[in-house]
Amino acid sequence: MSYKIVVLAKQVPDTRNVGKDAMTAEGTVNRAALPAIFNPDDLNALEQALRLKEQNPGSTVGILTMGPPRAGEIIRQGLYRGADTGWLLTDRLFAGADTLATSYALATAIKKIGDVDIVIGGRQAIDGDTAQVGPQVAQKLGLNQVTYAEEIIKIEDGKATIRRHIDGGVETVVAPLPVAITVNGSAAPCRPCNAKLVMKYKRATCPMERPKEANEYTHLYDERPYMTLNQWSVADVNGDPQQCGLAGSPTKVKAVQNIVFQAKESKTLTSSDADVEGLIKELLNEKIIG
Amino acid sequence: MNNVFVYCEIEGTQVAEVSQELLTKGRKLANQLGVQLHAIVAGTGIKGKVEDQILPYGVDKLFIFDAEGLFPYTSAPHTDILVNLFKEEKPQICLMGATVIGRDLGPRVSSSLTSGLTADCTQLEIGSYDDNKTGKHYDNLLYQIRPAFGGNIVATIVNPDHRPQMATVRSGVMQKQILDPNYKGEVVVCDVAKYVPSTDYVVKVIDRHVEAAKHNLKGAPIVVAGGYGMGSKEGFDMLFELAKEIHGEVGASRAAVDAGFVDHDRQIGQTGITVHPKVYIACGISGQIQHIAGMQDSGIIISINSDPDAPINKIADYVIVGTVEEVVPKLIKYYKQNSK
Ligand SMILES: Cc1cc2nc3c(=O)[nH]c(=O)nc-3n(C[C@H](O)[C@H](O)[C@H](O)COP(=O)(O)OP(=O)(O)OC[C@H]3O[C@@H](n4cnc5c(N)ncnc54)[C@H](O)[C@@H]3O)c2cc1C
Ligand SMILES: Nc1ncnc2c1ncn2[C@@H]1O[C@H](COP(=O)(O)O)[C@@H](O)[C@H]1O
Repeated sequence: MSYKIVVLAKQVPDTRNVGKDAMTAEGTVNRAALPAIFNPDDLNALEQALRLKEQNPGSTVGILTMGPPRAGEIIRQGLYRGADTGWLLTDRLFAGADTLATSYALATAIKKIGDVDIVIGGRQAIDGDTAQVGPQVAQKLGLNQVTYAEEIIKIEDGKATIRRHIDGGVETVVAPLPVAITVNGSAAPCRPCNAKLVMKYKRATCPMERPKEANEYTHLYDERPYMTLNQWSVADVNGDPQQCGLAGSPTKVKAVQNIVFQAKESKTLTSSDADVEGLIKELLNEKIIG
Repeated sequence: MNNVFVYCEIEGTQVAEVSQELLTKGRKLANQLGVQLHAIVAGTGIKGKVEDQILPYGVDKLFIFDAEGLFPYTSAPHTDILVNLFKEEKPQICLMGATVIGRDLGPRVSSSLTSGLTADCTQLEIGSYDDNKTGKHYDNLLYQIRPAFGGNIVATIVNPDHRPQMATVRSGVMQKQILDPNYKGEVVVCDVAKYVPSTDYVVKVIDRHVEAAKHNLKGAPIVVAGGYGMGSKEGFDMLFELAKEIHGEVGASRAAVDAGFVDHDRQIGQTGITVHPKVYIACGISGQIQHIAGMQDSGIIISINSDPDAPINKIADYVIVGTVEEVVPKLIKYYKQNSK
């Protein structure tokens, strides 16, 4: 059997490597100072998708991402590793989306893609850490759902067998297709980019990523259709603008605070025997330790 | 109508501690709002076995869903229980654990009801909100306060117009407290088939291993936590020895866990567990915000670090400037000499 697989992948600011200039003086995030990366868990998701494709010849893997035009890079990163296609959802109307509006947009696009058997996303994105979008997409499409997946063991007779992490243990579940799966960052790491595919797709872009003026590559887009990546607006996916972006987001940010710790008055000691013994005696005398 | 609901998670017939923590918080929110606290529990063979674990936290009404197929948890049946019950009950607030189950279930319910959901809140409060765009004023909203951007900021989120206001909270963040062991709440045993179509039972759990927690880090009055500065697994042996002497538990930073010095279930912080011990001894931990988020409410904080300017020293009551190799054995030695 062959399957149509869609991978949900997001471009995120690299919050793991936050430098000193990552926060502005007003306490907001300085996105410009953070490099944009492929959300780490989504790479694990992509690897599971590519393995399914290998095990089930004829299957296709497409990357679906929503973001600004530069998020076209996520599709290229997928193509470099063996994905077949991709779609970038980009439109001012999508901007400012919380997880609900994000899942609406992604679900609407998946409907437009049509006949999808398996949707695979990362467990969570490192900018929000919410882990909500995958299940919200699943609910909107009425898909079966398996979160926290470690490994998609096999697909047989229209059913996926999946090993997943649960609190304090592991579980193996069997879920009929169509199914939405979210994959943990501890699952198998993604394969590296394939040099030939990098050569092939290096200049593949979405129309909005391209400079306005013609340049030496412009002719490529006419000659080789695969050099133009799919780019969809709200209208392209027949989306309801009221359910997209800021307008479709029930949650509002009331306030954002930079973290400042109240410095305490602390006693500084050395590692000398006298100091350490003194501390132990003080803690014992005050019955802080018993 | 418009009450505060808590979804209670179970393992067999055991109610999860995080749910009891949320019931405690939910009771306080309900009091502030002048409404009732309701709880929901769904499982197999739970009737008569879970009431005592839920009602004493001040639950006015407990909805029990007891049927084959509701344990082990799968997404669809539990989702339909909440979605259909909420259509009848119209809660204003719904809380659940930021556990594997809560994070699987919450988003499905919120997606279906198109209500907002805020994950991993660290504080929940009631307050007012002015929408600058529409000029509308709202009273008694749930402030859902959580770290964002890898813990570099703290955001207060509100859902002005959509109900229920949904939030998940990690285990250990709130404190549980029985309100009254004999609290009289109503128990409603629901007809599961009315809420869950039989087509929901399609995902099958074919194999399952759950281990009871190997330690009681969450409830330990003394925590000895090690960071990357411990250097190795052997370094942690020293901490286990110290913890044993002073009757504490061993915790760790993520860097120590990632380096393989100690098991993942001992990680403290934003993506680990939150602890509130009487005494927290941080050994070779720099004190990045994500770690501090899980231990800053400790009573007395002692930092042992070779770097006098380690960030954690700012929130410590005692700072010992020195290497762990030197200081930890001395702590053990002088404790042995001076206790008893
Ligand atoms: C989204 C996100 C979530 C995260 N969640 C968590 C979380 O839940 N918990 C968590 O802990 N971290 C978390 N982190 C990681 C966090 O940012 C830090 O990387 C981590 O806490 C650092 O651990 P550490 O202090 O042990 O290591 P380091 O920062 O490497 O610090 C080691 C310290 O040991 C000291 N030291 C070195 N040698 C010695 C010695 N011989 N004797 C004494 N002192 C010594 C050094 O001076 C230094 O202060 C998260 C990060 C992100 C981005
Ligand atoms: N804008 C987006 N485009 C594509 N996929 C997304 C987007 N936002 C979230 N996802 C997917 O949903 C997962 C969970 O995201 P989050 O709920 O933000 O933690 C991510 O790992 C992605 O797989």
